[in-house]
Amino acid sequence: MSSAILTGQRKFRSQKKSNRIALIADYIVLSLLSLIWIIPILWIFLHAFRVQFNDAGEINGNVVSNFFPTRFGFDNFIDLFTARVNGVDYAFPRWMLNTLIVAVADCILSTFLILSVAYCISKLRFKLRKPFMNLTMIIGLFPGFMSMFAIYFLLKSMGLSGFSPTDDNRWMALLGLIIANSAASGMGYQIAKGFFDVIPNSLVESAKLDGCTNFKIFWKIILPLSKPIIIYTALMSFMGPWMDFIFSQVIIGASNTEYLTVAPGLYNMMFGAYADPSNFTKFAAGCVCVGVPITLLFMFLQRYYVEGVTAGAVKG
Amino acid sequence: MDTVKKNKKPNVFVRLWDSVRNWFVSFGKRFVDGSLGTKLSHFIFGAGNFYHGQIIKGLLYLLLQVGIICFMVFCPEVNGTPYGYKALINLQLGGTEGRTFDPETGEYSNSVSDDKLQLLFGLVTIAVIIIYVLLWLSNIKSSYKADTDQKEGKKPTSFKQDCGALLDNRFHILMLTPTMIASLIFTILPTIFMICIAFTTYNDVDMSSEETTLFYWNGFNNFIYMFSGQNALGKEIAARFLPVFGWTIVWAIFATFTCYFGGILLAILINKKGLHGKKVFRTFFVLTIAVPQFISLLAVRNLFNNVGPINSILMNLGWISEPIAFFGGTSGHPGNEYLAKVMVIIINMWLGIPYTMLMTSGILMNIPTDLYEAARVDGASRSKMFFKITLPYVIFVTTPYLISSFIGNINSFNTIFLLTGGAPEVTGYKAGGTDLLVTWLYKLTIDNGEYNTGAVIGIITFAITATITLITYRRSKAYKEEDTFQ
Repeated sequence: MSSAILTGQRKFRSQKKSNRIALIADYIVLSLLSLIWIIPILWIFLHAFRVQFNDAGEINGNVVSNFFPTRFGFDNFIDLFTARVNGVDYAFPRWMLNTLIVAVADCILSTFLILSVAYCISKLRFKLRKPFMNLTMIIGLFPGFMSMFAIYFLLKSMGLSGFSPTDDNRWMALLGLIIANSAASGMGYQIAKGFFDVIPNSLVESAKLDGCTNFKIFWKIILPLSKPIIIYTALMSFMGPWMDFIFSQVIIGASNTEYLTVAPGLYNMMFGAYADPSNFTKFAAGCVCVGVPITLLFMFLQRYYVEGVTAGAVKG
Repeated sequence: MDTVKKNKKPNVFVRLWDSVRNWFVSFGKRFVDGSLGTKLSHFIFGAGNFYHGQIIKGLLYLLLQVGIICFMVFCPEVNGTPYGYKALINLQLGGTEGRTFDPETGEYSNSVSDDKLQLLFGLVTIAVIIIYVLLWLSNIKSSYKADTDQKEGKKPTSFKQDCGALLDNRFHILMLTPTMIASLIFTILPTIFMICIAFTTYNDVDMSSEETTLFYWNGFNNFIYMFSGQNALGKEIAARFLPVFGWTIVWAIFATFTCYFGGILLAILINKKGLHGKKVFRTFFVLTIAVPQFISLLAVRNLFNNVGPINSILMNLGWISEPIAFFGGTSGHPGNEYLAKVMVIIINMWLGIPYTMLMTSGILMNIPTDLYEAARVDGASRSKMFFKITLPYVIFVTTPYLISSFIGNINSFNTIFLLTGGAPEVTGYKAGGTDLLVTWLYKLTIDNGEYNTGAVIGIITFAITATITLITYRRSKAYKEEDTFQ
């Protein structure tokens, strides 16, 4: 180290200068990249508030060529919340409500299942532990879409029908979605397990010496220590239904418009079953309604997410 | 101690044989050694428990046995399809029975839906039989345990004690049972069902031609069609299979490595010493992860729309004369297949780089700084330090992530489906230019009702991912020493 300084003041100075140039270059590159990364999101956001009229004096809802809208307003949001989609009045608020119901139910069921599996796998030792882990790994390797049709069919044969638009109890499809979503959730225990792994085993052992049952250890010692992972698991499973597109599309069905969740609903408004290119600004407004809360939640959870993903990735 | 044990381990088959033999020996021993109750419980569930005075437990076992036997004998019916022993007979899948020929219209009407119920209910019945066998074994075991307790002078456990054990040393049973039941019904059973479908002729295509609609076991014919293409349908599928398969692999390689190295570079840029506003920059990039994928992908799709801003900017600049269909375009104007492929990979970089950036940021900070100090003293240049220290370190730590993201990309449904929907259309079998195996699988099953072909593709996808995982993951230290991590 000291020899490096002794080699000469001049070299040191020139190095400092080149460092500064490199730093400026970094700023420029990073700013450009940030711009590229932000453009599509910014674009959707701007056009959600766009109020642009066509030649006939009506509000133009199409995709337009100018990046920055000329006039702003809340008309798209008002339109979206009162719009009639595929013969269903107030479709968007309904989708929001459906998604909320599914999300809350999912959140409760999945958190319970995930935490109980993760705790067992992490802190208890039993004969079927390794086979269980291997089984979940193998099942996880099958593409989820392969069994999707079978799950749909299974729900139908279980009487959780209501998949065709003529049925009386079409809301049952939502129940089916909740069941299908949370049933498989127990298999996604890895991140929570990684968290429990970090809690020292000595804590469990000393409690056991004091005569605690395993249930008491879990309830009184482990759970109070696991607030971060409980929050993480709960919020992640709460966010799932807001983002899940394909599963709810298949289970509920695009024609069952009244009981769709937001993601397939917005997709079908724009590209799918009842697509209309003039729905674009409404679509953008819907994206803002769903995207802003989810994005904020994720930003809040980012730390846990990184910890979980990194732990999972590095440990395997 | 441990290494000595490992060296002496006999091979897998010997161990398997040993464990099977031991199991039968202990089974015989229990029958001979056991009390009258244990002997009886080989035939009547819970007999041993009654013998030892564990009335409630015995009753539970007996009730389950009677219930399952009733289920098997009386065959409850749902939608006119029976469970029980009749479901097992139905598993032969008679084929012609589900189908009637109407001489007046000259058309076949078939009840495929009942046929697939037969297969499903047959599988459920097999699951019930397996549960019966497991119950039978556990009932003998519990009786034998009571025997040994008595021999040792202890009292057989009471029902209350058994329940207490569920909260203590059998806690895992209480905790895992809900998940096991739920995943048995909604994950394992559907998966097995679809695997079975791959070996049948089940599909909704072409109701009028005789050979394709009958529902019966078809052996490996679906697989053979896939590769060789015997009839007209098979030929079309076989012609599209290799291109789609090849593109899936190419896509997975490109998508994985562009995002991986791009993410590492970005992380290095952001985490540079002396750079201000790290948090702001990072937030910009993380935004693409935070925004739900269906929103960001559909936004991009619209941005590159025929009338969208990108095309109009390019046209205003005079670079192009008419809009480019970046993502394949409509059926009238099929875009360039290779352009769409390149675009999909580029957009995927936009989505994927922030993930790697987030992950490697933490790892970069953990690189021991004295490594860099030493390198600087030795007069190493910046690029040399990057290639000799940073990159090897990061790659070493994140190899498992690389593998899992490769597998994730093989199954990356959202990116393709939401961006292009598989477009541009290619003459061939319901698989567009950018369709991956998974999106093709989706189109075949959900859109076109070709369940058997879809299932074959699912199995092939599984084979690819499973091979990669088995080779890499099981060899990794993380898997072998999973226990020792804590």
